Formats: sequence, C-alpha cells, structure tokens
Amino acid sequence: MTLLDLQDLQKSYGALAVTQNFSMSVEQGDLVGILGPNGAGKTTLFNQITGTVKPDHGEVWFDGEMVTQMDASKRCQMGIARSFQVPHPFVGMTVYENILVGATFGRSSFDPRKQALEIMDKTGMDDKANQLAGSLTLLDRKRLEMARALAADPKLLLLDEIAGGLTDSECVSLLNTIREVHETGVTIIWIEHVVHALMSVAKRLVVVDFGRKVTEGDPETVMNSPEVKSIYMGEDAA
Amino acid sequence: MQHATITRSTQASRIAGILALCFLVYIGAAPWWAGSADLRLITEILFYLALASMWNLLAGYAGLISVGQHAYVGLGGYLMFSCVLFLGMNPLWSIPVAGVAGALISIPVAWLVFRLKGPYFAIGTWVVAEVFRLSAAQMSSVGGGSGLSIPVAVMRDLGRKPDREMLIYFTAFALCVGAILLVYFLLRSRVGLALTAIRDNEVASSSLGVKIGRIKLFVYVAAAAVTTMIGALIFVTKLRISPDAAFSVNDWTVFVIFIVVIGGIGTIEGPIIGTLLFFLLREFLADLGAIYLMILGAMAIGIMLAAPKGLWGLLVSRYDFSIFPVGYRVRR
Ligand SMILES: Nc1ncnc2c1ncn2[C@@H]1O[C@H](COP(=O)(O)OP(=O)(O)OP(=O)(O)O)[C@@H](O)[C@H]1O
Ligand SMILES: [Mg+2]
Repeated sequence: MTLLDLQDLQKSYGALAVTQNFSMSVEQGDLVGILGPNGAGKTTLFNQITGTVKPDHGEVWFDGEMVTQMDASKRCQMGIARSFQVPHPFVGMTVYENILVGATFGRSSFDPRKQALEIMDKTGMDDKANQLAGSLTLLDRKRLEMARALAADPKLLLLDEIAGGLTDSECVSLLNTIREVHETGVTIIWIEHVVHALMSVAKRLVVVDFGRKVTEGDPETVMNSPEVKSIYMGEDAA
Repeated sequence: MQHATITRSTQASRIAGILALCFLVYIGAAPWWAGSADLRLITEILFYLALASMWNLLAGYAGLISVGQHAYVGLGGYLMFSCVLFLGMNPLWSIPVAGVAGALISIPVAWLVFRLKGPYFAIGTWVVAEVFRLSAAQMSSVGGGSGLSIPVAVMRDLGRKPDREMLIYFTAFALCVGAILLVYFLLRSRVGLALTAIRDNEVASSSLGVKIGRIKLFVYVAAAAVTTMIGALIFVTKLRISPDAAFSVNDWTVFVIFIVVIGGIGTIEGPIIGTLLFFLLREFLADLGAIYLMILGAMAIGIMLAAPKGLWGLLVSRYDFSIFPVGYRVRR
C-alpha cells in the first residue's frame, strides 16, 4: 500500500527553485534514505510533507488523503512526525515534558504520561527526565527530537540528519533504535550525510540535487550510479 | 524499566503554597485591618494583578503581544454603566453580564486581528482599542466625549459606605484570585501543556499535533472576558467614566506590560512580583511626575537587558522552585 505520494511538487523562494518537478512515492513499511549535497532542498521537501511549508504547485497524498493544504498539526495527528535538522526543543520544559507534548497531541494518546515514559526509556533519555531541554548538549537535543517525534506515534517518521557528530558506539545504538522502530511497522524517511549509517539500514535511496530527484533505487546501484559519482566527485573537486 | 511515577508538586512548592494561602487569607481580611485609604490601594493592586495575569497569559504563553487590552477595560466600564443606567441593574451584577458580552465581542475582533502577524498584530489590537474609544465618544447616550457619573442613588443601593466598600473589596478580591486560579488550572491542564509548548516554539508545537490557532483563540476570548469584568469593577470604584479614562492606553496597557516584563513574562509568579514592585515604586516616586515615568521606562529597559525573564526568572534560575507548580516531575 502506498503511504506517501508526492506529485510534481514545486517550491521557489524568490528566484531560487528549491523543489522542482518532484514526484516520489513511499510504500507502507519502507525505509527510504535521502542523499544530496548541502542546499539541495532536502529539508524543504520534509517541510512540504509535514505542512510547515506549502508547495507552490503539486500535491501531497498521505494514507489515501490529499493533505497539500492541511496544517502541520492535523498531519501529525494523521501520523506524520519529524525531527528537525536544527533542533527545536521546548527550552523551558523538561525532557519528559517535551516528550509528553508529542504523546498528548500526536496520533494516539490513550495514556500519554505512560507513553512518554516508555519512549523516554526506549531512546535512553530517562536519566535526563527532569532536566530542562534548554540545558541539553546538541547531541542530546537531537536525541530529544527523535524521542518527541516517536512519542507522537507516527505511521511515517521523517528524520533529518540525526547521525552527524555521533561516536561509533552512539551511531550503532542509534541504528538499533531506528531498526526497532522500523520493525514495529513505522515507515521511515531519513535524510543523512553519514552515508555508511544510511546504507546499513535503508532499503532504497533517493538522491536529490538542485531540488530535483536525480536518481533512486536500491542502495548499491544508486551509490555506483554515474549521477551520484558526479555529484560527490564534484563536491570533492570543489 | 524501573518503576517511575509522575508528580506535579515538590516539597518546597507545597510549603510555599501553604505560606501563599496564609498570605491570601491575610489580604482577604483587609477590610478588618486596613483603613479606608489602604483598602482602596489594595483594591487597585488587585485590579492590576488581575490585568497583568491576563496579559501574561496572552503574551507570555500564547505569544499574542496585544497592546490593546485597554479596549476591554473600557468596554467593561461602559457595559457596566449601560446596564446600570438603561437596565436598572445593580452595578455588581452587571459584572458577569459584562464578562459574557466581552467574550462575545472579542470573537469578531479576534477574527480580524488574528489575520495580522507579529508587530502588525500588536498595532491591530491598538487600532481596535482606538476604534472602541472613538465609538464611545460618539455615543451621546453614555455622555459622548465628556462621559458621565453613576447616580448617587445607585451607589446607595449597594449599602452604607463601609458596607459598600467591603462589598466592592471582596468582589475585587474574588476577581483577582479567580483570574490567577484560572491561569493556574489552565496551565496544569492539557491546554496548559500546549500553551507552554507554544510559548517555547510554535513550529515544533504544531509539528507535534498542537492546534495553535484554536488554543490562541480560546486564550484571547478568555482573557477578554476577564479583562472586561475587571474593567466593569474598576469603573464601579471610580464612579465616573469618560472615553479617555476608560480607554487609557497608559493606565490599562502600558503599566500592565511594565508589570509583566519586570516581574517575569511566561510565569504565574512574575506578574505578582511585578505588581508589588510597581506599586512600591509608585508609592515612593509618583510625586516626581514625568521623572517617575522615565524611571519606570529606564527600569523596564534595564531589566529586559539584564534579566530577560524578569525578577522571578532571575530568582528561579538559581533555585529550581515555583509557588504554582504546573510542570511534571519523574520520580523513580
Ligand atoms: N525560508 C526560506 N527562505 C529562503 N530560502 C530558503 C528558505 N528555506 C530554505 N531556503 C533555501 O533553499 C535551499 C534549500 O534548503 P534546504 O534546507 O532544503 O537544503 P538541504 O538539502 O536540507 O541542505 P542541508 O544539507 O544543508 O541541510 C537553500 O539554498 C536554502 O538557503
Ligand atoms: Mg537540511
């Protein structure tokens, strides 16, 4: 079953076209990796999926419904949750309270307090439960981004660069968490520059450059494709 | 997974709560220990505390930086006068009527000003207040530009002077305590969790399912209702109303913003500290006239630069403490 379907999305900021003729569909249970150089338009794509930004043209379909003009909160309640590349913590609230917001207002909220406790343990943030989010390190803020998104009980989880700056063992534990979440049936799209981390879990890769989809397919094929080589060679040469 | 429980209050906040309750009883008993002049002063303090708590809810939590709340104070005053003069109502009974009317009128106003963002919203609220003032000045039935007074007979109906003062005092006390309790219980509820999240980050809140527009509207209407009621009672004590006094941006908005900013925006305790400080300053410095206002302005700027979270924020940044615990603690 198709969970997410993007149809011919276009978005410009002034003269800068950030998303161009972008179409993509994601099946239920997929784990898709998105690659592309800085400024390619990856985060803007997420913004259009979640509703933070509305496309100039094109349609976003989620779970069989057209959601192009729907606001972000409603989409979250339908089952789309995300982490922000630049963390957006609720700085005056504790780690637990941050997660509780997701558990209370997200898709399912049967027993939000308990749900928030469980997510906190699962993501290893339990030792910082009562700490103010504003006092967390950047790495912990990124972990909180993911914990909060999970607390919203998403069908589709969007992760925006959460592996940068991690040590090897931290990266392994992050990958384990992602695999666990995926095994519970959550569909995941993950933007990441740390290619080896992405390769180890993604079933499919999509490469974005200048707001366009350059290529997509299984990870091996995509990484060896001439398009990807030229992008990354280009970057090396620069 | 260790067994964990969630608590809302701490030992310290429980002790502080009991002390606050004792203080509250003491203030509530003011008619028995305060003279007439002091009682009037405390009544005025209660008015400002209630107004500040409402502005703090709007600006500090919902991010609605209104500079036009004097629209509702004045509206309350005029509604009270209309109820008394045209419907023959008791001035105090007109207060709940004013509250309901204020809430109803605030809905179309919200529909208008919510289209404006950031500084434009602020300007929009001020323009609305100005429209209210000009409209009041046009209505000859309520005295037009020069205003009117409550007939002596109406006030006599409220009882002899000491009884009347006590009645008005208790009404002010109830309104003020009610306003603070409203904020407190609102913040402890589901809506409060959403409001605190909105206070800290709107984009993240909406991405986590918080319906920002709906919650802002609710807060705007609630604040308008309470502010209108306070306005009605303020003008019962003043006995006289005119468009300039009723819709005074200085008296009902600028001073209120000053109170919240120096006390600590986005906390329940901030407006309380701010109100006390404001009246202390006024008692000692008001004789200085224009210089007094310049001192207030300089203080506000100084505190905004040195302690953006106000005096209460400065206190709690050292000690993890609150008199009104609205957060959640995880205990294992
Ligand atoms: N609100 C905005 N206004 C103007 N330009 C914007 C805005 N948001 C993004 N851009 C521009 O759009 C382009 C794409 O940005 P985006 O954040 O989507 O890239 P990205 O692929 O996520 O990059 P990175 O890998 O650095 O995170 C950039 O050139 C950026 O400067
Ligand atoms: Mg990005």
